Amino acid sequence: MSAVLEVEGLVKHFPIAGQRAVVQAVNGVGFSVARGETLALVGESGSGKTTVGRCVLGLIPRTQGAVRFHGAMIDKRHNIRSRDLRGKLQLVFQEPAESLDPRMRIGETIGEPLRQLDMAQVDRVKRVREVARRVGLSEASLEQFPAELSAGQQQRVGIARAIVTSPELIVLDEPTSALDPTARAEIIDLLIRLQKELDTAYLFISHDLSTVRYVSHRVAVMYLGMIVEQGSAAEIFSHPRHPYSIGLLSSVLLPNPKLKREVRVDLKGEIPSPIDLPNGCYLAGRCPFVDEQCRAAMPPADQVGDGHFVHCYHHRKALSGQVALDYFDDFQAKAEQVLGAGRR
Amino acid sequence: MTRRFLGLRISPLTERRLRNFKANKRGFVSLWLFLFLFGLSLFAELIANDKPLVVHYDGTLYFPFVITYPETAFGGDFETEADYRDPVVKELIDAKGWMVWPAIPYSYRTINYDLEVPAPAPPSSDNWLGTDDQGRDVLARLIYGLRLSVLFGLVLTFFSSIIGIAAGAVQGFFGGWLDLGFQRFIEVWSGLPQLFLLIILASVIEPSFWLLLGLLLLFSWMSLVDVVRAEFLRVRNYDYIRAARALGVRDTTIIVRHALPNAMVSALTFLPFILNGSITTLTALDFLGFGLPPGSPSLGELLQQGKANLQAPWLGFTGFFVIALMLSLMIFVGEAVRDAFDPRKLLAR
Repeated sequence: MSAVLEVEGLVKHFPIAGQRAVVQAVNGVGFSVARGETLALVGESGSGKTTVGRCVLGLIPRTQGAVRFHGAMIDKRHNIRSRDLRGKLQLVFQEPAESLDPRMRIGETIGEPLRQLDMAQVDRVKRVREVARRVGLSEASLEQFPAELSAGQQQRVGIARAIVTSPELIVLDEPTSALDPTARAEIIDLLIRLQKELDTAYLFISHDLSTVRYVSHRVAVMYLGMIVEQGSAAEIFSHPRHPYSIGLLSSVLLPNPKLKREVRVDLKGEIPSPIDLPNGCYLAGRCPFVDEQCRAAMPPADQVGDGHFVHCYHHRKALSGQVALDYFDDFQAKAEQVLGAGRR
Repeated sequence: MTRRFLGLRISPLTERRLRNFKANKRGFVSLWLFLFLFGLSLFAELIANDKPLVVHYDGTLYFPFVITYPETAFGGDFETEADYRDPVVKELIDAKGWMVWPAIPYSYRTINYDLEVPAPAPPSSDNWLGTDDQGRDVLARLIYGLRLSVLFGLVLTFFSSIIGIAAGAVQGFFGGWLDLGFQRFIEVWSGLPQLFLLIILASVIEPSFWLLLGLLLLFSWMSLVDVVRAEFLRVRNYDYIRAARALGVRDTTIIVRHALPNAMVSALTFLPFILNGSITTLTALDFLGFGLPPGSPSLGELLQQGKANLQAPWLGFTGFFVIALMLSLMIFVGEAVRDAFDPRKLLAR
């Protein structure tokens, strides 16, 4: 599998007006996404997921690091907006209602990327119809305005607009978090189906772990602008090693109250300010396994399996204490049943 | 399924706004009344003119209100344009044909020399609303004055909207230093004493319609900037603008295609009020004598005459009632438009 997208040591600092300090939104993030693969970026709000998405597309300039799309560097001149990459990278937003121009007809909205590619009107209309059918929008809805559609349908429009140019990479920025569970299941199903048909690479940004488990092949857990653990979805969800990942998974709301986990990692306290980051591990102030080593220096990446990296000195200790987390598989099976019911 | 208004495809939201506007009886009636009066004044030449509409003379039809005929055409002595109100010319034409006069046989600058009382003459069967202190028919001047005022207001509103919206759009969309600099400039510019400047300028150069328009435009464009700028500041952070940008759409195209239609809604509700303000400004300037060139029919000049001739109350009353009626009508229309676009009231009906 050749990588569509490669990111190395991505750093993004936002200046604060009138101050010397900066908001360190992203601090050295690296990952790659292959053709037809979904990498999920998960983390709390404020962990820098969305910023990574924007930097990857070149919508905002990065402070340091490298982002390569098919080996070519994404930068100020060469990004999602530039002519040669137009249509190859696409973006789907969190709020479907806000991402559609309320005064533009659906058909026109879906066709706008093609208009940017200077496609003739006749071909555009044909292509828009075809894509609309693909994402499950009726022909009549192409003449409607966004406000006349449900949130689920609006997100279908957002997805249709993204796939209309047959892109190679789509950044999905929390595409399901504004939807109700039924619509969410339908959209997830649609995304999986489209990926199979089009072989597109997804960068799936989400905080919704149950959705992530369902769509992603690999998962990168972000905390304060760093990827603390990265690995295959199955590995991360059944054997999370980083205390933060364990904590994050413990916090997932279970659809069945009987599926209570016996051991939980409670992350005490608040997330530190990204303006004034601690020297050592960013989680040191909240972690139950913390010792002197953690406070002194940021733990380096430790490879624990095939493509499974974790930034923690104590990940073995953390893993052994979390036998009960295997229950997550049970939960997952149940969750899939529930989600699957919504699909049929 | 698709709804249409005046042949244009409209969105359901626009349709609901139109319905709301129509549901506001006062505003709707005001709009039609205003359009009727303004429409009538557009044909002022056919209603009040010192030239007949049709002359039948010696077997030929003449249309003096569009074509200029010399007096000799009707058997007179002079090569100059025939004065159809001249008893001699009247007799010449009546001898070999007939004339059809407009309802009011005076133009805005026709002086009635046949007054039995010194000007200003009170209302009579000849001059329905009397004459002003120069013996000119008030009703004729009113009709022409209304047309001039409203046209002036419309043209001024049109140009100040274009400039104001463009300025507001650029400031709001790009923000930052551009916005900051532009805002400070507007603050300074709006601090200039507009009236004194106009008075000084009017004393140096004699203002014509277009010159006065230009002078007023120097200041009136600022009225829309704030609201358009605020709308653009709001709109530019929406995801659909980000989405368009991520598609590589150019900034100017984004402004025209996405931001402007969404920002225009609130600007639109201001337009009737700006039109009102423009007309009031012109009236005020005319009243002070710094407006349109002397002799032009104008509502402000009528008011001024009313003030100078308190013994002739028909002047003041006519001016007052016409201006009050017109401004009220437009305010009612403006209120109805504003309410029709108000999202809080949109679903009320």
